[in-house]
Amino acid sequence: MARIIVVTSGKGGVGKTTTSAAIAMGLAKAGHKTAVIDFDVGLRNLDLILGCERRVVYDFINVINGEASLNQALIRDKNCNLLYILPASQTRDKDALTQEGVGKVLDELSKEFQYIVCDSPAGIEKGANLALYFADDAFVVTNPEISSVRDSDRMLGILSSKSRRAERNEEPIKEYLLLTRYDADRVKLGEMLSLEDVQEILSLHLLGIIPESKSVLSASNAGIPVILDEKSEAGQAYADVVARYLGEERPHRFIDGKQGFFRRLFGGRK
Amino acid sequence: MLNTSPVLEFKSSTFFAPILILFNNDMAAIEEALQDKISLAPEFFKDSPLIVDLRELNKQNQDLDFTQIVQILRRVGFFPVGIRGGNEQQNKQARTLSIPLDTVREQSSSISIGETQKQETAPQPSPQPEVPVAKQSANPIPAPPASAAATLVTQPIRSGQRIYASGDLIILSQVSAGAEIMAEGNIHVYNTLRGRALAGVHGNTAARIFCFDLQAELISIAGDYKTSEDLNKQTYTSPVQIYLQNHALIIKEIA
Repeated sequence: MARIIVVTSGKGGVGKTTTSAAIAMGLAKAGHKTAVIDFDVGLRNLDLILGCERRVVYDFINVINGEASLNQALIRDKNCNLLYILPASQTRDKDALTQEGVGKVLDELSKEFQYIVCDSPAGIEKGANLALYFADDAFVVTNPEISSVRDSDRMLGILSSKSRRAERNEEPIKEYLLLTRYDADRVKLGEMLSLEDVQEILSLHLLGIIPESKSVLSASNAGIPVILDEKSEAGQAYADVVARYLGEERPHRFIDGKQGFFRRLFGGRK
Repeated sequence: MLNTSPVLEFKSSTFFAPILILFNNDMAAIEEALQDKISLAPEFFKDSPLIVDLRELNKQNQDLDFTQIVQILRRVGFFPVGIRGGNEQQNKQARTLSIPLDTVREQSSSISIGETQKQETAPQPSPQPEVPVAKQSANPIPAPPASAAATLVTQPIRSGQRIYASGDLIILSQVSAGAEIMAEGNIHVYNTLRGRALAGVHGNTAARIFCFDLQAELISIAGDYKTSEDLNKQTYTSPVQIYLQNHALIIKEIA
């Protein structure tokens, strides 16, 4: 049986797709056969981040409608042969998703894969609800900013009440926090919420802090998940996240920002 | 077609009614005292059902003619619908007048009149709200209906979630901004309260809100509310209890 992970946030633009691509790649790199599904029907992005947009023939909706088999629609990643992508349809909308259809696809994937990563669309409508409905674990992606925190909180409420696990009174979905686009310098200046501020409201198990990094944008544009950029802080942070998720103990980094050479020399600014 | 729909149905339900406790068997004094009371709130007492409690009188061995007291009550505009704590003679009189007897429960605060009994008595106005009863009777405030046990929540209440309890509501986790918790009874939050909390939503002005860390968006008891803007800076983020006093919400720090 596969473990189903939903990457969700409520708010848009916080880094769900970047995170989905990175952790799916991380899990596959760690030797687990992983599928990543784009639930953002109509606004297909995941294939771009993973650099497979030119190989999309069939999509998730085709599979749900029985117009293509799962094997026809799954795209094997060019960097890691344990990673498969199920892209969203660009020509349809969220109404094409059905609970029954999504359930069937996930059941079929579960037979073959160890991890299934569901990249949720923003919002709390059908696409987001179906992305989380079957989940075992939830990665809640939050920016250190008040509206993002509020939306994540709302999403946590939905996770605990509208998922299959909640409906069946099973063990609840495990919820993890991923704080993305974190800028320690701006936190110090009081321009951005700190980790404590966010945790005061969300009080979740922290899986990792992803620092704001230029490498994220360039990796996205290049179609290479940022986790493969081992030199970048964001890449390292995502590698930590995957390791922690898989049970490894790693100390949290990037909370206090980097101590530059000159700052170390001159005692930093304040 | 006609014989498929039932002609009647029996159901059980609870009513609140004022209780008149008599301490003296002087009929003239009683009538005068009743008139005085009624003149204070004529609309409230008009056609009100009433239960006559004779326990005190009988404890003091003061005899009273129940038929006579019923006449007085009807004259001033009440509908006597029950007797409790009467002696043998008074109970017999009540039966003759088709007024049901209530077996006294130990210090029980509310009286329920069985539906079947009620149908024998004079037409009754709709049940009075619970609060005026409390004012009227010397008894403690009627407890919420027996079905309303306390509801315990251990999970955090997230933004957008709503919790409703028909009795008391006890929450051990935080209540996020944008969440709404409501109870017909008291609300206890043993954590940070950031959302909206509404206690006594059915008009129970005796309901209270207790919380460890007050950061609520809105607090309300029996419809009287304050928003976070109106909250005193001093009690903000403090452990407090909130109750109603003369239609004003009092927020008091718990040491």
